[in-house]
Amino acid sequence: MSRTITIRAMKYNPQSKLSKAHFAEYKLEETDGMTLFIALTKIRETMDADLSFDFVCRAGICGSCGMMVNGKPALACRTLTKNFPDGVLQLMPMPAFKLIKDLSVDTGNWMNGMSKRVESWIHTNHKPDISKLEAPMEPKLADETFELDRCIECGICVAACGTKLMRPNFIGAVGLNRVARFAMDPHDERTDEDFYELVGDDDGIFGCMSLVACEDNCPKHLPLQSKIAYMRRKLVALR
Amino acid sequence: MSDLLEGFLGTSVEGKKSRVPAKLDYFQSATGLFLGLFMWGHMFFVSTILISKDFMYTITKMFEGSFLFKEPQSWIVSAMVFFVFVIFIVHAMLGMRKLPINFRQYQAYKTHAGMMKHDDTTMWLTQAFTGFAMFFLGSAHLLMMMVQADTIGPYGSSMRMYGDVMWPFYLLLLLAVEFHGGIGLYRLCVKWGWFEGPDAKVSRKKLKQVKWLITGFFLALGLLTLAAYVKIGYEYSNGLVDKYKPTAQIEVTYDVKVRA
Repeated sequence: MSRTITIRAMKYNPQSKLSKAHFAEYKLEETDGMTLFIALTKIRETMDADLSFDFVCRAGICGSCGMMVNGKPALACRTLTKNFPDGVLQLMPMPAFKLIKDLSVDTGNWMNGMSKRVESWIHTNHKPDISKLEAPMEPKLADETFELDRCIECGICVAACGTKLMRPNFIGAVGLNRVARFAMDPHDERTDEDFYELVGDDDGIFGCMSLVACEDNCPKHLPLQSKIAYMRRKLVALR
Repeated sequence: MSDLLEGFLGTSVEGKKSRVPAKLDYFQSATGLFLGLFMWGHMFFVSTILISKDFMYTITKMFEGSFLFKEPQSWIVSAMVFFVFVIFIVHAMLGMRKLPINFRQYQAYKTHAGMMKHDDTTMWLTQAFTGFAMFFLGSAHLLMMMVQADTIGPYGSSMRMYGDVMWPFYLLLLLAVEFHGGIGLYRLCVKWGWFEGPDAKVSRKKLKQVKWLITGFFLALGLLTLAAYVKIGYEYSNGLVDKYKPTAQIEVTYDVKVRA
């Protein structure tokens, strides 16, 4: 039997001097397998064309539709409305990112900055020959390395992080995970000293307060807790 | 000269990052580990009063070197307290770096913790508040013990609780220490990957259960111990019992009536 659910979404346009932050309430019939993304699309199509939110893939791959759902960051496309017994979902934009409007934030530019900051690419002195196969890796190591590559840069770990909210320059779990990924990859010739230069400070690995909300909310279930501990042990051991 | 340039630039003249943040992080953990484990031992020692006044007295005198010297030397305890005080100050100094330093940081974190309802995030607020409280409570206690080490014992300690009305102070200190220490030791395990096992999420859940069990145990032990000192102090203050004298030092005399 279907029920009526209530979506309470924060609305605010920081570009407009007339706009005042408030919650708009929408009531709609829940359908089978309804995701929050489907509900929001229905609201925008039938109730409020002005409601802004981000999406691309609708399948938990692009990482665009992150938002705070009843206080916790989650992907709208992977949030089933039936999992909320009281049928009330309060939505807010993810903190820590620049607010564009309503539920829409700019994760793209932040992630771009993060990638540049941790030099998120293979560093090697060998000129790659793309006509030849890449040097092989131990399968176990390859699995562990590419496991970390499953990050979709949705920003949920950043929005979940209390440290990041207090200290805007903190690199966040996504950045530390990226460093761990390249530190594990034998194709990357950077040393621990090189990685220290990227994240060896209080805005990097030593700023992390181990609140682990990143790990507990990551929609891709990445091993953020252990990889951050791994990088911390590695970098603190440097002389 | 290089210090001047490094201080100005934030990097060495070769453009390298300082290793100091790594050391600060390491020493924050190391001092916290020492203090956390020390508090476990400390709680066992003070709770000896629950067994008997004599046992508590014996342990106290043991720390005063009764096994080495003819007369117990309270300066040994003062020296130990001084050492702990130094570690405590270093830990406070390093921990302070993590506290919110302005209203916006505090407001953002508090709102976030309220929204997230995430254990580890909320526990950090507890850790921050109890840590801040211990700047004062811990310092006052350590200073008292350092300068009055000779008064530690069944009589002096219980009179401090009841006669000097210090029990509310110690109640607050107990709560602050047990919550701060328990959360801190748990967080150390998470931070450095100790006891991680094959599944960090599962082991963290277990660690948290153990953490609460240990916190519950030490809180119960601490409250009972505090109550025991208050009770004994009450008895001394109201003349219900004689001032404590170790059983071993009580002279036993017999009135022997000689039958004619």
